[in-house]
Amino acid sequence: MSTIAERIAAAGTGNAIELRAVSRFFGALAALTDVTLSVRPGERRAVLGSNGAGKTTLLNCVTGDFPPTSGTVRFFGEDVTTLPPHERIRRGLRRTYQVSLLFQRLSVRDNVYLACRGVSRGRFSFIRTRASDAIMQSVTDLISLVHLESVADRPVGELAHGQQRQLEIALALAGAPRFILFDEPAAGLSPNERADLVAILTALPTHIGYIIIEHDMDVALRVVESVTMMHNGRIFKEGAPREIEADPEVQELYLGGGHG
Amino acid sequence: MALAQTTQEGPLGIGAAPRSGELAQWVSRHGPILLLGLFMVLFPIIANDFFVRQIAGWTMILGMIALSLMFLAGYGGMVSLAQMTVAGVAGYMIAVLGVSSLPKVSLFWPWWVAAPLAIVIAVAFGTLAGALSARTEGIYTIMITLALAASFFYLTLQNWPIFNGFNGFTTIPAPYFLGVNWGGPVPLYYLILFFAALSYAVVSYVSRTPFGLALQGARDNPRRMEAIGYNVTAHRIAAYAFAALIAAVGGILLVWQNNQISPFSVGVDVVINLLIIAVVGGLGHPIGPFIGALIYVILRTFALDALVAVGLDGRRFQTLIGLGFLVIVLFSPDGVVGLWRRFSARVRGNGGRNGL
Repeated sequence: MSTIAERIAAAGTGNAIELRAVSRFFGALAALTDVTLSVRPGERRAVLGSNGAGKTTLLNCVTGDFPPTSGTVRFFGEDVTTLPPHERIRRGLRRTYQVSLLFQRLSVRDNVYLACRGVSRGRFSFIRTRASDAIMQSVTDLISLVHLESVADRPVGELAHGQQRQLEIALALAGAPRFILFDEPAAGLSPNERADLVAILTALPTHIGYIIIEHDMDVALRVVESVTMMHNGRIFKEGAPREIEADPEVQELYLGGGHG
Repeated sequence: MALAQTTQEGPLGIGAAPRSGELAQWVSRHGPILLLGLFMVLFPIIANDFFVRQIAGWTMILGMIALSLMFLAGYGGMVSLAQMTVAGVAGYMIAVLGVSSLPKVSLFWPWWVAAPLAIVIAVAFGTLAGALSARTEGIYTIMITLALAASFFYLTLQNWPIFNGFNGFTTIPAPYFLGVNWGGPVPLYYLILFFAALSYAVVSYVSRTPFGLALQGARDNPRRMEAIGYNVTAHRIAAYAFAALIAAVGGILLVWQNNQISPFSVGVDVVINLLIIAVVGGLGHPIGPFIGALIYVILRTFALDALVAVGLDGRRFQTLIGLGFLVIVLFSPDGVVGLWRRFSARVRGNGGRNGL
C-alpha cells in the first residue's frame, strides 16, 4: 500500500483506469481472472461479452462495490485498490447500475440533488439548500437533460421503468465526472430514449472518458472508439469497433454466426 | 410509510424565515401544527395540575424520546432500541452529578454543570451505540441495540457504587433559576413544552437538509449512496449522535418530572413500550411519536379504571395496550399518522401523497 505522498505524486498522471492482474473470486467461482486493462483519459471503451463474462464484476472492482481479490486498481495514476467507493467517487469516478439502484421513496429532484451534493461539500450540512443556490441549477439542468421535468417532484417508486433508467444516467453525470462506468444504460429504454442516450453520450465533453457495457450493438459501437471483449472472466480481444465486428472469433462467441 | 415532505417540497428552505409575501402561505401550510402549539400554550389555563403534569407533561417527554427513535427508524431505516437507554443514561447522570437523597453517591454539582455534562455523556453513549450498529441492517440492528439496553438495565440493577442498584435515586429536584421553581407543575410543563416543540421543529427542519436527505438516501439504498460519494457509516453514526441529543434532553426532563430514577425506568419493558409508542404513532412523520405517546399515556392512566368500571380485572390494561398495538400494526403499518393520511387523502381524493 502506497503512502499518501506517493498517491499525490502519482495522481493526475497516466491512464484514467488501469487494472493490473485483477482477479475476483466469489467462493470457488472465478468471476474475473488476471484482468489487465488500461483506458486513457477521455477514451470511450465498450466492454462486450456474453452473460457471466465478468463485465459487471469488472466495474464493481473499479468502483470498489466489490474490491478485487487480488491485483491493483489505479484511477488517474492513484492506487485506489483499498479505497471505499465514496472516496473513488469523490475523485471523479461515476457509475450507473444494470438494475436501477435509486432512492425509491425520495422524489426525482431529491435523487439528483443527493448525487450533486455527494460530490460537493456540505454533505453533513444542517442548513437547508435554498432554491437560489447554485447546486439547484445543476439539479434542474440534469433533470432536463434526461427529460424528467414533468415528474421531477414525484417519488421515484412511482416512475415508469424507462424513466428510472434515465434517472440512473442523470445520477452518474452529477458534479464534475472525470470517468464514467455505464452498465447497460440502454436496457429497458424505448427507441426514442435510446436515441437520447446516444446523444447524451456523444455530447459529453471530450475529456470525460467512459466504459460502457451494452448488449445493443447499435448503441455500443456508435459511441465508442475501442472495444474490449470478455469471456469467462478473461479479456480475450481488444480493438477498434470495426475490427471487433469483423473478427470471426468474436462473431462465433458473442454475436452469433452470421450476425452483423 | 411515505414521508409527507418528500413529495411536496424540494430541498428548498420552506422552513426558513418566510418573507412578507410568503407569510400567509407559510402559516396556512403549517396551520394545524401552529394551532396545536397555541392549544398547548393555553392548556394549563383549562386543565388541572393532574392533566398538565401526568398527561400532557408525560406525553411530551415520552414523545421526545420516541421522536429520537422515529428519526433513526423513519428517516434512517435503523430501528434502535437503545434510545430509552440513552435517555436513562442522561437521567442517571443528572442524579449522580447533581442533587439527590444520596450524598454518598451524588456529587451535588449545580444543575447548569450537571445537565450539560449528563447530555454530553448520554450523547457519547448514543454515538457509541451507533458506531456498534451502523454497519448492521434490520434485525441485527435491533438485536445489538436491545442487547445494549438490557446490559444497561442489569448494570444499574447490580451496580451500587454509581447507580445505587435496585433502589436507584430519589428526591432529585428540578432546577430553580430565574426566580422560578421549575419543579412546579406549570413551570415544568412549559419547560417540557419548549423542548418538545423545539425537538419537533428541529427534526422537521433537519429532514429536508442535506444531512437529513442523505440519511433517507442511505435508508432507501446504502450501496448507491456510497456510489454517489457518501460515507454511509459516518452518516449513520452522526444520526445516532443527533438522535441521542433529543433522547438525552427527554431523559433529563423525565427525571425532573418524576424526581426519581431506578433500573425500572430503563427496563426492557420500558424499551419495548417506547418502540410501541413510535410505531403506533407512525414512523413517517415527526408528529407520530407524540400521538403514540398520548395514546399510551391515556391508556396507561385510564385503562385500569375503565376496565374495573365495566367489571373486568384492572390489571389487564397491558392486554388492552397490546391489543391496540396489534390492531394498528395490522390495519395501518405506518401508524396513526398513516391512518390520518389515508383518511384525509380519501376526503380530498388526491391519492394519499399529501400529508399532515
